[in-house]
Amino acid sequence: MQVLRGVDLAVAPGESVVIIGRSGTGKSVLLKHVIGLMVPDAGAVSVDGVDVGALEEKDLLTLRKRMGMLFQGGALFDSLTVGENVGLPLREHTDMAEPQIELLVHEKLHLVGLEGSEESRPSSLSGGMKKRAALARALALNPKIMLYDEPTTGLDPITADLINRLIRRLQERLGITSIAVTHDMRSAYHIADRIAMLHEGRIHAIGSPAEIQSTTDPAVRQFIEGSAEGPLLPT
Amino acid sequence: MNETGVERLAQRAPLRYLLNGLRDTGEVVILLGEVFRELPFGLRKVPLVVQQMVAIGLGSMPLTVVVALFTGAVAAVQASYQFRDYVPMIYLGTVIGKSVVIELGPVLTALVVGGRVGASIAAELGTMRVTEQVDAMEAMGISPARYLVVPRVVAATLMLPVLTIFADVVAIFGGYLVAVLTLDVSGHTFTSGLRLYFHLRDVFSGLIKSVFFGAIISMMGCYYGLRSEGGAVGVGVATTHAVVASCLLILIVDFLLASFLFRVLFA
Repeated sequence: MQVLRGVDLAVAPGESVVIIGRSGTGKSVLLKHVIGLMVPDAGAVSVDGVDVGALEEKDLLTLRKRMGMLFQGGALFDSLTVGENVGLPLREHTDMAEPQIELLVHEKLHLVGLEGSEESRPSSLSGGMKKRAALARALALNPKIMLYDEPTTGLDPITADLINRLIRRLQERLGITSIAVTHDMRSAYHIADRIAMLHEGRIHAIGSPAEIQSTTDPAVRQFIEGSAEGPLLPT
Repeated sequence: MNETGVERLAQRAPLRYLLNGLRDTGEVVILLGEVFRELPFGLRKVPLVVQQMVAIGLGSMPLTVVVALFTGAVAAVQASYQFRDYVPMIYLGTVIGKSVVIELGPVLTALVVGGRVGASIAAELGTMRVTEQVDAMEAMGISPARYLVVPRVVAATLMLPVLTIFADVVAIFGGYLVAVLTLDVSGHTFTSGLRLYFHLRDVFSGLIKSVFFGAIISMMGCYYGLRSEGGAVGVGVATTHAVVASCLLILIVDFLLASFLFRVLFA
């Protein structure tokens, strides 16, 4: 099945781009192409000037160490505690001593407001806590690029705002390049420097949050207003 | 008469099964290649290997013991029925000993462990796949083959022979109990028969087979688990496929190894 049909999108270093679009338009697929979990049938995805699809597995693993990805459901490993989840990339990719790893795990969990939950099992966490723990894990290796797949979906408005502020803070203070996909327009306006709408496999519209909010494009208007009436048909 | 869509599909079904079988075979070979490539790195993950050895070996022990005990007991009852009036009962121990160490011990243990462990591995990795945990692992630059597959394959390959040794001993003991307690065969007669044509190579042949069976069970569990898709239904399908493929391959490889071991190596 063809999902993406000629997406053309450039993200500048340190920029935060949010991709919006209806369910099934390929937003998550697009993110998975960026990190090399999927390879395009045609075209190329370039990260720091390197064609991700053409990389050898070893080089791809090296590239991924500079990237972090927050998955929709958190994707924490059930068999590990929260602390072990966050420490896993450090144990796998660095020669750090155990006390140093534990210190960094504590620091990352503090960053997302989950200090003291090192020994908790992922199954005992709420949806918001899972996302924050997963975010701490994604940040463990201090990535330069962060990908967020529906970072606020399924969260209560207060937790969603907490995540939004966190994403924005990471981008502004640490200069992390961010690409997020979401349906949540409130989140999109909060964290985006630019918003791109994915429709029919292509970037249908792109602009600053203010430009998107004031656009006259009927498809974009229908989506951001959440209306059932318009050119976008129910799926 | 025009063919209906169903008739056309039915005609194509054998071809589809053949193509799927070829695809699966190719993908399993690729996964096996990855396992060999990642083996030196995966073996360094001692805690993961030990954890799997406990889950696969120790966890399967009660089931293996019960199955072996009754297998030996049934073998004694069946053999004594066949021997009645024709064969001296001293050969009861011989037949039970040989049939257990050569065939019943390794194969029945593998089939039972295949059902338990193969399903468990496929369900666990399948759930990890559909909840994006495997994607998350790859996104962190961690090889699922190294972290998930190698420890399971190594643990199963090491533990199946251990389970088989236990199964052999318990099954022979089960046969002994039935012979002595219900068949009016003395313990001395049974153990004399057991030693009569005992060859160490018979035990080794069973253990060699169990090494292959351990690899088959874990590989099938990992392969079908990692290619799961479509939520809970997909995990269920993967689990079924893993168990069915394990059982079939165990029987096919059993025949091939038996042919090689007894017609070529020990001939």
